Amino acid sequence: MPSMSTAELKERLIRDLPGVLVITPVKAEHANNGGTQPKGDPPPKPKRGEEGPVDLLATKDAIVLAERIPDVARYVRDTLGYTLLTDLTAVDYLADGVIELIYRFVHLEGGPTLAIKTRVPRDRAVVPSITPFWPGADLQEREAFDMYGVDFPGHPNLVRVYMWDAFEGFPMRKDFPKQGDKYIAEEEE
Amino acid sequence: MAEDTEIQLELEKQGVFVSTINRFYNWGRRSSVWPLAFGLACCAIEMMATGLSRYDLARFGAEMFRASPRQADLMIVAGTVTKKMAPQVVRLYNQMPEPRYVISMGACATSGGPFRDGYNVLRGIDLFLPVDVYIPGCPPRPEALLHAIMTLQAQIDDQKLNRVRWYGKTEAKDFPVPTFGKQGLELEGRLIDPVGGLPLISPYNSPLAGELRSGRIEHPELARHFPIMDDTVELEGPNKAVGVAPEIAIDDLKRKPEVARA
Repeated sequence: MPSMSTAELKERLIRDLPGVLVITPVKAEHANNGGTQPKGDPPPKPKRGEEGPVDLLATKDAIVLAERIPDVARYVRDTLGYTLLTDLTAVDYLADGVIELIYRFVHLEGGPTLAIKTRVPRDRAVVPSITPFWPGADLQEREAFDMYGVDFPGHPNLVRVYMWDAFEGFPMRKDFPKQGDKYIAEEEE
Repeated sequence: MAEDTEIQLELEKQGVFVSTINRFYNWGRRSSVWPLAFGLACCAIEMMATGLSRYDLARFGAEMFRASPRQADLMIVAGTVTKKMAPQVVRLYNQMPEPRYVISMGACATSGGPFRDGYNVLRGIDLFLPVDVYIPGCPPRPEALLHAIMTLQAQIDDQKLNRVRWYGKTEAKDFPVPTFGKQGLELEGRLIDPVGGLPLISPYNSPLAGELRSGRIEHPELARHFPIMDDTVELEGPNKAVGVAPEIAIDDLKRKPEVARA
């Protein structure tokens, strides 16, 4: 049963597709330890509600350049053998101005899945489409476009899936109006 | 009238059937309320359960779920009406022949339910259709749907042939079908159900009240108030505000005497 850890995946990507992996800033404690246990007592756990600012973007997953996503997808499918894209979804990090796309690949013989992430700025969310060579990504890319406004150049039919075509805005973005009366206020002015 | 009914029932026991035209027509209509076979969400599962043998909707003559609106008398709006689905629901209703009835089944069809503040769910089917019977619940149990059918039958029993519209000369009116706009559903080019706001039109009255818009618009200019998300609200604990929000206190029947005294 194929199994590949995140660290192994990163090594393979660095070796076989140089320049693809984005080196993410990891917190100092993680970088220095190198897998060993931290010495001394761990700092006291902060109480609920008193935690300091959380770095939402800190991750150990493989983050690749957005424009190299097709190369990475081909590599994962043809070389590593993960032939099923089960999930293509997006996360909106409003405070950081980042939209993160997560591609999750499955090997049909079983084993843990592979997660590949990419990050694009919110105001210019463009990721090359993988639909031309991976038809299973068709609807999932359309969904990411519909809900988050991510543009997938190269997609043969990038139109909305859930909302109607005339609809304006991307409802799953964090700054989409919830129940504040944005449109009514505009009409009153 | 009650005496008449007693005499009538006594005669029926003896095998003599006497009826009025009203009672006869109403009996015919109430005993074969054929619903339209369509479901929108999880309420439809309960609706299917109601139609099957355990709850047996056939006891009320309403077991014939018709696949065509042309043959249906009753529309059970079973489930969440999304804004994308709303025009089709209204169009199906317009295609039903009169007399036609609507049961709004569950919290979602009645008001939008838990999805009310979302961007995609219609805030109650009564914005577009006149509803005869509402069923609360999420989803309502089959017994609740049976009770709604019985309530509808009681309403039909009260109808008078010279009052109802469909035996008169007035023609059936088509209810306006909403269209898709940039920010929500539109009716005749006017935005009526904006994303991130409350509906800008009032719901329809029940058919008994004339199928007109009630005129009660739900404070379009007032944003609804969530005390926990408001910095100015004093908190008793991490998840609980002190006291009761004023707009809840107004509607709270148990506290009403206190409010009146204060």
